[in-house]
Amino acid sequence: MLEGIMIGLGAAFSIQNILMVVAGCLIGTFIGMLPGLGPMSIIAIMIPVAITLGDPAAALILLAGVYYGAIFGGSTSSILLNAPGVAGTVATSFDGYPMARKGQAGKALTIAAVASFAGGTIGAILLVIFAPVLSSVALRFHSAEYFALMVVGLSAIAAFAGTGQVAKALMMTILGLILATVGEGALFSMPRFTMGLLDLQSGISFITLAMAMFALPEALFLVLNPMRGASGDGASNKITNLRFSREEGKAMIPVIGRQSIQGFFIGVLPGAGATIASFLGYAVERNIAKGDEQAEFGKGSVKGLAAPETANNAACTGSFVPLLTLGIPGSGTTAILLGALIALNVTPGPRLMIDTPEIFWAVIISMFIGNLVLLILNLPLIPYIAKILAIPRNYLIPFILFFTLMGAYIGQNNATELLMLVGLGVMATIFRFADYPLAPLLIGFILGTMLEDNFARSMQLYRGLDFIIERPMTLGLLVIALVLVLLPSYRARRARKRAEGVADGD
Amino acid sequence: MNTFGWTRRVAIAAATATLAFGGIAQADGHQVLDDVHFLIPGGAGGGWDGTARGTGEALTGAGLVGSASYENMSGGGGGVAIAHLIENAASLENTMMVNSTPIVIRSLTGVFPQSFRDLTLVAGTIGDYAALVVNSDSELQSMDDLLAAYRADASGFAIGGGSVPGGMDHLVAAMAMQAAGEDPTAFNYIPYDAGGAAMAGLLSGEIKALSTGFSEAVALAQQGEVRILGVTADERVDAFADAPTMKEQGIDTTFVNWRGFFAAPGVSDAQLGKFQTALTQMYDTPEWEEVRARNGWVNIHNNGDDFRAFLENQEKVIGDLMKTLGFL
Repeated sequence: MLEGIMIGLGAAFSIQNILMVVAGCLIGTFIGMLPGLGPMSIIAIMIPVAITLGDPAAALILLAGVYYGAIFGGSTSSILLNAPGVAGTVATSFDGYPMARKGQAGKALTIAAVASFAGGTIGAILLVIFAPVLSSVALRFHSAEYFALMVVGLSAIAAFAGTGQVAKALMMTILGLILATVGEGALFSMPRFTMGLLDLQSGISFITLAMAMFALPEALFLVLNPMRGASGDGASNKITNLRFSREEGKAMIPVIGRQSIQGFFIGVLPGAGATIASFLGYAVERNIAKGDEQAEFGKGSVKGLAAPETANNAACTGSFVPLLTLGIPGSGTTAILLGALIALNVTPGPRLMIDTPEIFWAVIISMFIGNLVLLILNLPLIPYIAKILAIPRNYLIPFILFFTLMGAYIGQNNATELLMLVGLGVMATIFRFADYPLAPLLIGFILGTMLEDNFARSMQLYRGLDFIIERPMTLGLLVIALVLVLLPSYRARRARKRAEGVADGD
Repeated sequence: MNTFGWTRRVAIAAATATLAFGGIAQADGHQVLDDVHFLIPGGAGGGWDGTARGTGEALTGAGLVGSASYENMSGGGGGVAIAHLIENAASLENTMMVNSTPIVIRSLTGVFPQSFRDLTLVAGTIGDYAALVVNSDSELQSMDDLLAAYRADASGFAIGGGSVPGGMDHLVAAMAMQAAGEDPTAFNYIPYDAGGAAMAGLLSGEIKALSTGFSEAVALAQQGEVRILGVTADERVDAFADAPTMKEQGIDTTFVNWRGFFAAPGVSDAQLGKFQTALTQMYDTPEWEEVRARNGWVNIHNNGDDFRAFLENQEKVIGDLMKTLGFL
């Protein structure tokens, strides 16, 4: 193994491969910033270029750079415009956007960049140490465990159930779950709730719903409320200020430590990935945060921003474990990477590390260089990117609308998406007027399909609900989910009682 | 899940502009068509996308076609693109749509109202066989072992696949069971939403066997992760000759997941002839051989009327089986 790492080091630091990693990261991070263009479509477009290179190591280094570069850059539109372009950055907008509205866009982008860098780098370290042994762990998870993991992910909605909105948050989650059932699911050969419309056959697309729930109502609110400044509600105009305080830095360190490890291991599971990792990271960090810090979540918490950003980058790195050591793609993006490798006559699997260590290790080691490149590249650009919010509102609002519409359209090249976007956007605006939280709807939607598929598969394999009892890991995960949901309300009640007790004492 | 609409169109325009000059010199007199527009009913990176782009690359590289452009139009399991091709037929003279076995299955189940009969058939160009595979540490060594295990406990025998119940992977497994004289409705079919997820299910031991595409199985069989019990080809396939066919194990069933091209209804005979000539001549070019080998495709060429006969036969076989299984 050590010999392999040495060969990989040599290969990764060749001039050609350093150029590849820089090029991949550059392309990935810039295109990732645009909502609507996820890593999957960028990589699909880059494949002919990569194949022309002829060298499998160089090709994979380039494409991997595009992949984690896009996850790195994906947080930008979530933070600045409340427009998460890929599912993995939805959780980033929960605290990133409120922070930007407080006039701290520069700080939010810096925290996201630092957290992404740490998540990616720690993930790569874990990859070097554990990749050879982790492939068997990835296979411990059956459909039953994935179902339980999705339930744990859903418990992230508890974070939005604060301040007496429990019923509203639950209703929105259920609405999200219902929206996820539209279309022809993986398990049924019948279309559901499509009302006979061909355009609903494949379901509602994530990007359309995300733009309609978050970005579009936000732009409408800017129009409806002329007093609401585009650059933020706060008086502070230091949107280009990058600094976060020493205390904030200290608060972030344990979050980054925990989430890079948790995120990495969730990424290793072929049926989970960056999205689940970011929701779980957010849910866990919110639950273990104390009192005041917990109340900050959703209102621009440093921890709430660092957690999903660390987790999604670590998970992205972790997803290379099943890809490289088993030849199994865990997501659409890694499936395309697998296709590219096979086209270059490299078959990923247990023998890849033994037969062609120069490819295996060069790719992993290039990730260290890549993450450093991304940090160096992004930090100096942040003041300029953050200045987008300083654009006068009569120019900014059309800009946001343009990106929102474009994001929904280019996903499918289908004009019907635009109609759906507007319809759903109007619905979301009404919900916002009525003070319903929209994030639980999106969480329910994203997790709904996977929740249902894995549940139905387990039911079919075990002919009933027996899998909950027969599989201890499933039971364990479900108990964790229950604790994550109940703990906040138990704490709240205890705090209230204590407060009453003090009052009585007087 | 597509891509860059406008950016790509700019790139294509630029590429076309340069090709317009380069193309004439390169074509050395055998250029059949000036340009072909490929309509892809799914997103970038999928099987249809790879087939269209690979074919376009070979056709332009060999100088048979001056330039190629591509358009991804997902939705409705391919139905959106089919409807587009029919509704706008008059303006889509130079368009070829890629499709595959699911067009037959999905028009049978009524996912979309049209069928291949509503389009102009150009040719079936490539194919992939199907295979039943097990984990390499499984005790099942042959189709006989698999059938014995199945007879012992039919309802507990879980076979997975990367398609919906009644989809291609399910049908292939049912076809093999039926040909072996077993009840094709009795096994427990476990659907996954993609081939990769289904493969993970097999390796994790959740399912006992997996119905999947042959080329996908070969990649993992070469790594020693899975064992191929039976291929739905007439004879052993060169790409992995260790894998026995269903036929040689006494299970008389064959199946090809074809991929091919369709033109708009009412396209002129002259234009159709050019499409078919270009595709037929493509097989002998080194450019095609490179694309084909890189993707592990098998040349299965069915032109025009042969293509119609092939599709009608497949529609009948699949339709009968789906009736047996209760999907129609």
